[in-house]
Amino acid sequence: MSVEIRNVTAGYGGDPVLRDVSLAVAENEWVAILGPNGAGKSTLMKVIAGLLDPSAGTVTVEGGSPGDHGRRRMAQLVAYLPQDPFFPESMTGGEYVLLGRAPHLGYFAVEGPGDIAVANEVLSLLDAGHLANRPLGDISGGERQRVLLARALAQEPEVLLLDEPTTALDVGHQVAALDMIGSIRRERPLTIVAAMHDLSLAGQFTDRLILLAAGQVVATGTANEVLTAPLIKQHYNADVQIVQVPGGVAVVPLRPT
Amino acid sequence: MTAQPDTVRPATLRWGWMAAGLGLLIGAVLLGVVVGPAKMGAGQVLRELFGSLIFDSPSDLTATEQAILWELRLPRVVLGGLVGAMLAVAGGAYQGVFRNPLADPYLLGVAAGAGLGATIVIVSAGDGSTALLPLAAFVGGTVAVAAAYVIGRSIGGRSATTIILAGVAVAAFFTAMQTYLQQRNLDTVRQVYSWILGRLTTTGWREVLILLPYVIVSAAVLLFHRRLLDALSVGDAEADALGVPTGRVRAIVVIFATLGTAAAVAVSGLIAFVGLIVPHTVRLLVGSSYRSLLPLSMVFGATFLILADLAARTVASPAELPIGVITAFVGAPFFGLILRTSRRVIS
Repeated sequence: MSVEIRNVTAGYGGDPVLRDVSLAVAENEWVAILGPNGAGKSTLMKVIAGLLDPSAGTVTVEGGSPGDHGRRRMAQLVAYLPQDPFFPESMTGGEYVLLGRAPHLGYFAVEGPGDIAVANEVLSLLDAGHLANRPLGDISGGERQRVLLARALAQEPEVLLLDEPTTALDVGHQVAALDMIGSIRRERPLTIVAAMHDLSLAGQFTDRLILLAAGQVVATGTANEVLTAPLIKQHYNADVQIVQVPGGVAVVPLRPT
Repeated sequence: MTAQPDTVRPATLRWGWMAAGLGLLIGAVLLGVVVGPAKMGAGQVLRELFGSLIFDSPSDLTATEQAILWELRLPRVVLGGLVGAMLAVAGGAYQGVFRNPLADPYLLGVAAGAGLGATIVIVSAGDGSTALLPLAAFVGGTVAVAAAYVIGRSIGGRSATTIILAGVAVAAFFTAMQTYLQQRNLDTVRQVYSWILGRLTTTGWREVLILLPYVIVSAAVLLFHRRLLDALSVGDAEADALGVPTGRVRAIVVIFATLGTAAAVAVSGLIAFVGLIVPHTVRLLVGSSYRSLLPLSMVFGATFLILADLAARTVASPAELPIGVITAFVGAPFFGLILRTSRRVIS
């Protein structure tokens, strides 16, 4: 297993957000974490990244707990992309991607030729070489998503944690971003855990889906097993129509009658 | 630039700006040693300086003029440069670790603590002997910041905001004590005020020698953090996830910025505004990477304070204006102009 969490309870001081959650993600698997607002998706991502200590239960990532690995080793193993990343306006795309080398650098070290080579490589992998010297304040949302992903890949992680990676993008850029993530997996082994809002995209791009509701796992399985009208009605309180599409399942919301 | 347009380049020191800054600094130093009540020709001064430094050949200055140059003007110019460089680099580093454009070296209470220390010495000396003043100011400043840091951490862990708020509380507390002491001793209020407004007074090279080691060590440590300060610019949460030890970086930067600032304040009083406007001006000129910002802030801060001190001692000559009045009076409108003409918002 690449990621395994057992009986995890976690939160921010008050009532726990996650309650007794257990799940496992295999090497090179792409798992979508689904669930309505407040279900605990972001909290789960932070727990796996080692940024939030659970109050109970165990987290194992690549053979050790975040505490065993230490912060720097964790950042070599796991790249975490937050929901609402900050893009310093005058930083260039290349400088931003080089931030991903931080876990590989000593305290006082600065980036060397090897780090620059990695940054160039991931930018060209994502077809974003032209952003290397553009200030982040001058580029579009889709382009920012690209350099953000490049920064994560520059960490050379085993596991990629994405917290709603495509929420800010239009439909074209959403599909392009997920397609880009999928194509990375053909280039190098990578385990992906992605909290996702868009059920149709999750149903087509990912290997397995885990549905969270009120801090607990309520369903897990393939798109056909998890994306069903009764489950979505129960947990999202939405009427939907499930449509079979080539390569997966799409979920069409219906207006209440 | 010879690199391909689409090749990644790490941020590096902008050498063109550095050369320009060093040129200005040299000009400011020369202006500072040439201008003064005792008239000396620029050529004579240059011959004396370079003659004795490089060629070991004395100039045609009289012994008195030589003494004025070597024991009065040059130490004062060098002290101004050191204080300006220290306040500016500390301000820039503070803005980085607290991700707060309003941060300056006095943010966590150095000024209030040093002010209390200085006031205690001035009011208790009575006879005007203030030999202990630098030490008291230094101790007061470092104690205030240490208190702010410890209180902030005990409340909110590593959060930058709680440390800043604790600093505000500590500063208010120390200022209250300082104001009380000051009001109880109205006979020394002028002396206290003149210290608070800042002034560069030298006793030969003594102050320079006191300050120099602090500036060297503090500036070196801060400059070594340039990449980590860049990494912190994405925020604590993301920097944590990138493996950056954010809490440790903030603690080390605060410790060394505070030591340097407290030492500068101890010999120069509370010179306002340098630590705020110099780094911001540099940021607006060359961008926000600390790899350029910190070294350039030192050079421009030194230049700015040398010129401000020149103005302080010549504008109303033979009277001397408090240098803090000059830095704010000239610095504020200049800063406004820079903000107006700059394209990018401070982020």
